[in-house]
Amino acid sequence: MNFPGELKYTKDHEWARINDNMVTVGITDYAQQELGDVVYVECNDAGTRVEQGGVFGTVESVKAVSELYAPVTGTIVEANKTLEDTPELVNTDCYGDAWMIAIELTDPSELDNLMDAGKYETYVSTESK
Amino acid sequence: MSFIPLSREERKEILDAIGVEDEDELFETIPPHLRYKESLNIQGPLDEETLRARFQFRPHKISFLGGGIYNHHIPAVVDAIASRQEFYTAYTPYQPEISQGTLQAIFEYQSMMASLTKMYASNASMYDGATALAEATLMAISAKGLKRVVITRATNPAYRKVINTYLQFNRSVEILEVPFNIISGQVDLDALNDMVDSDTALFIQQPNFFGIIEPLDKIAQTAAKAGFWGIVITEMVSLGLLKPPGAFGPDVVVGDAQSFGNPQNAGGPLLGVLCTTKASIRRMPGRIVGLTRDSSGKKAFCLTLATREQHIRRGKATSNICSNQGLCALRAAIYLSAVGPRGLKKIAAQCASGARYLMKLMKEKGIDVIFNGPVFNEFVVRMEDARIKALEEAGLVPGIRIENLYPEIPGGQLLTVTEMNTKKDVECMKERI
Amino acid sequence: MHERKDLTIFPERVEPLLSAINKQGKNTRQMPAPFDVYPLDDIDKDIQNEDLPDLPDVSEVETVRHFTRLSRLNYGIDHGIYPLGSCTMKYNPKICEEIAGRVKDIHPADTYAMTDILKILMELSKDLEEICGMDASTLWGAAGAHGELTGMLIIKKALEKKGENRSTVLIPDTAHGTNPASCTIAGFNPVQIPSGPRGYLEASTIKDYLDDDVAALMITNPNTLGIFEQEIAHIAELLHNNGSYLYMDGANLNAILGTSRPGDMGADCMHLNLHKTFASPHGGGGPGSGPVLVKRHLIPYLPLPWIVADEKDSYTLKWDSTSSIGTIHSGMGNLAVLIKTLAYILSLGPEGIKDVSHVATLNANYIKTRLSKSFDIPYTTPTLHEFVLTDKRQQANGVTTMDIAKALIGFGIHPPTIYFPLVVNNAIMIEPTETEPLEELKRFADIMETIATLAETSPEIFKDMPFVSPVGRVDEVWAARHLILTWDMGESNKEAAVSKQ
Repeated sequence: MNFPGELKYTKDHEWARINDNMVTVGITDYAQQELGDVVYVECNDAGTRVEQGGVFGTVESVKAVSELYAPVTGTIVEANKTLEDTPELVNTDCYGDAWMIAIELTDPSELDNLMDAGKYETYVSTESK
Repeated sequence: MSFIPLSREERKEILDAIGVEDEDELFETIPPHLRYKESLNIQGPLDEETLRARFQFRPHKISFLGGGIYNHHIPAVVDAIASRQEFYTAYTPYQPEISQGTLQAIFEYQSMMASLTKMYASNASMYDGATALAEATLMAISAKGLKRVVITRATNPAYRKVINTYLQFNRSVEILEVPFNIISGQVDLDALNDMVDSDTALFIQQPNFFGIIEPLDKIAQTAAKAGFWGIVITEMVSLGLLKPPGAFGPDVVVGDAQSFGNPQNAGGPLLGVLCTTKASIRRMPGRIVGLTRDSSGKKAFCLTLATREQHIRRGKATSNICSNQGLCALRAAIYLSAVGPRGLKKIAAQCASGARYLMKLMKEKGIDVIFNGPVFNEFVVRMEDARIKALEEAGLVPGIRIENLYPEIPGGQLLTVTEMNTKKDVECMKERI
Repeated sequence: MHERKDLTIFPERVEPLLSAINKQGKNTRQMPAPFDVYPLDDIDKDIQNEDLPDLPDVSEVETVRHFTRLSRLNYGIDHGIYPLGSCTMKYNPKICEEIAGRVKDIHPADTYAMTDILKILMELSKDLEEICGMDASTLWGAAGAHGELTGMLIIKKALEKKGENRSTVLIPDTAHGTNPASCTIAGFNPVQIPSGPRGYLEASTIKDYLDDDVAALMITNPNTLGIFEQEIAHIAELLHNNGSYLYMDGANLNAILGTSRPGDMGADCMHLNLHKTFASPHGGGGPGSGPVLVKRHLIPYLPLPWIVADEKDSYTLKWDSTSSIGTIHSGMGNLAVLIKTLAYILSLGPEGIKDVSHVATLNANYIKTRLSKSFDIPYTTPTLHEFVLTDKRQQANGVTTMDIAKALIGFGIHPPTIYFPLVVNNAIMIEPTETEPLEELKRFADIMETIATLAETSPEIFKDMPFVSPVGRVDEVWAARHLILTWDMGESNKEAAVSKQ
């Protein structure tokens, strides 16, 4: 499994790519493998406010549904509309084309609550046991 | 009569294989004080002839009953096919490879209901029209957080009662009724206009409970202001005559399709219908079949959009429905295939014509027809108790008493005519009044 | 077994959709036309449909052949064993169908005809109450989940009457998904609680969850592992002392029919699934029937109408009550299913009813004994009418629960319930019921053993299974991604969908 070093991670298996005060969010390689073939992604629209740890959408496979949790507090500035028609991107390119939302961050100190790749990898290996 | 296929020796053989002495040992996990040791106080066992003799019923030969459950012609092919055990005794098609028959038939049912109503999609069925409507209100509330359910008072009272039951503990939602015009029997458009806004879920029955055809084209303009709106159809045969409800832009079309190939069954099983738009499909309750392909690329069918449902989303599901009315939906599919487009249109014209003929004869007899709006196959007259009693004693059932449901219509009696009534029935009603 | 074409013994071709055989003018059916046709010009033209209804135009023989061919792609209980756990797929006696057919031409407002029916419904109510050890019942629930919702509304109403606003309903993790979903609709908050390591809920567990917000515990007994909830009487006492109710899901009543009664265990409210326990057919998804039974203290809240005796020792319907939760159905529930149920009960009689649970348990334990040699059995606690296996031993060779299910289809048998209950990883849940002959039990066990052997010797063949079925493995992912839900969507969406692949 692949956990890029430049990203931050949540316990709910979202990743966050930080670019100044702009945070792009998706789900991790581990999450997409656990879900299996993703058939549907639904995210809140641009303009909605989300709290750190609050739900911003859902991702579904044929037999499972998971809620998506925001890694940081802020306002959604863009939601990835291409996932509406091509949810399979979550399986094929979870860190790239399958980004889900971009959030304008309000409180940079919240980033300290996220894990780095090494910590997340350890977390995943204990959780999957 | 028992349906257990094991001989005493075989039961012994099984006990030996399991390694226990007697059958009671199998229940050792049930604490002794919870084991029922008496003999149940029920009758039987009875042989088939005794059973047959015990279940005898006496329906009236001539009746003008409807009000949500209708007596329509059922082509012989419906029973012949629907009673095939492969359909009749199959489970819910969760294993698609071994359930393609049920799956394709339900897909065809969905397709025909969507075509007839001109809606995006239909689910695989609900229990009945009333629960379909109640679930549609839940859809509206969950999708849009609406605070008000507005429903025409001329919607089937039984349906309105079921909404009340489903929503009685939801304190944040208010249920209001739109009055009807006492002359035409149609919805009071001014009142409707005052009651509907973007916080409202609106539901209108067409034709309404009095059999009156509502001016949906005019209503649609007001309804478009609602946050969510739906058309309720309890007599689906009306779709043979009237413009498809989807043409007016509702979010849902709900109702009962018992009229399509399902007998009256003394009140059930009926066939709940729920059709909706692309925008609302993921809020829809119940199962739905989708077309797909198998490993060799051939056309195949399976249940889909299952993540809405209780077996996956549990407490957060769009509905708790699991078992539906699959066999009734199959019957509807066979029925629609058997009668076809011209058959449905003809039946609808017969129903409307029969109602007009009965209405004419009633007027000739001086019976007061209460509303002047256009009817489909039902209409309301004023009739005194004594007259109803006399007609019943003369061997016919002159419709349903509705004065208790609508105190504002004293003496109200709902008469229904279908193609199963004869000209002679209708004339007989006139003679015996 | 590797060559698909060699084993394709099904005579069916895949049947085209009705829309594909539609051709204008093929349907020549003559419809009844007793009345002279009126011009109908009183109906506004803007409301009338100028076109014909949009339906396929096919001949009668095509209708018959189409649906007959479709039926042959199915599997019914009359084909053979249908071992779906917690679904109780037992033989549906033909006499019950014949008798239920006798009510088909009765309208529920035909009060004269309904007199006879109400008498029968009253007798059915009394029989169900006797079998369950409960005091009163309603027959209007149209399915198990509808019964659950009704039961939870009854409890909500009873709490309201007591001036209490409890919101939590405890539900063991072995429960069907309908349980939490029904609670939510009734306005409760479902809370999942763990069943113990022995596969049943322990009284000590429930103690931790009991507080003044707990309205009820909703529990299936025996549970979906086939294990009797042996601490149920103690749990009932704890609940009642806490002012909470015990709701029992009757989905698995077949295991204890005539042997143990929910009422005696302390249930305040429960529902039945007549399409499981009482042998009415499942119809490819329904109609079912879900009567709700209550103890005396919940009688005032039962849904309307109530069947009441009038002075002439006949029965009538009472439609008004301020205490009732109200009506739950526009007709009389799934009345024809109720008629089948009484015919079934009378057919069996008191001894026959008791025999159901005995033989259901006997048959399940026979299969369990046979299969415990080749499959992993996750709980050692004895089981009643059903039991759960896992694919743990086959997983070692990469053969999964899904593979085993699809292989069974290839052998001409409907698979058991799979991946449920959720507390067991990759569960295979088997319930043979009492109506299977010993030969059929042996055939099923033999085939399962063959599959276990194949999983060791040639695990690679499983991915292409089922070999012998009307269609190959069905692509549920494709269906969910493309959502072709009617034949009208087919043509436009399909091309787009195919080009996307």
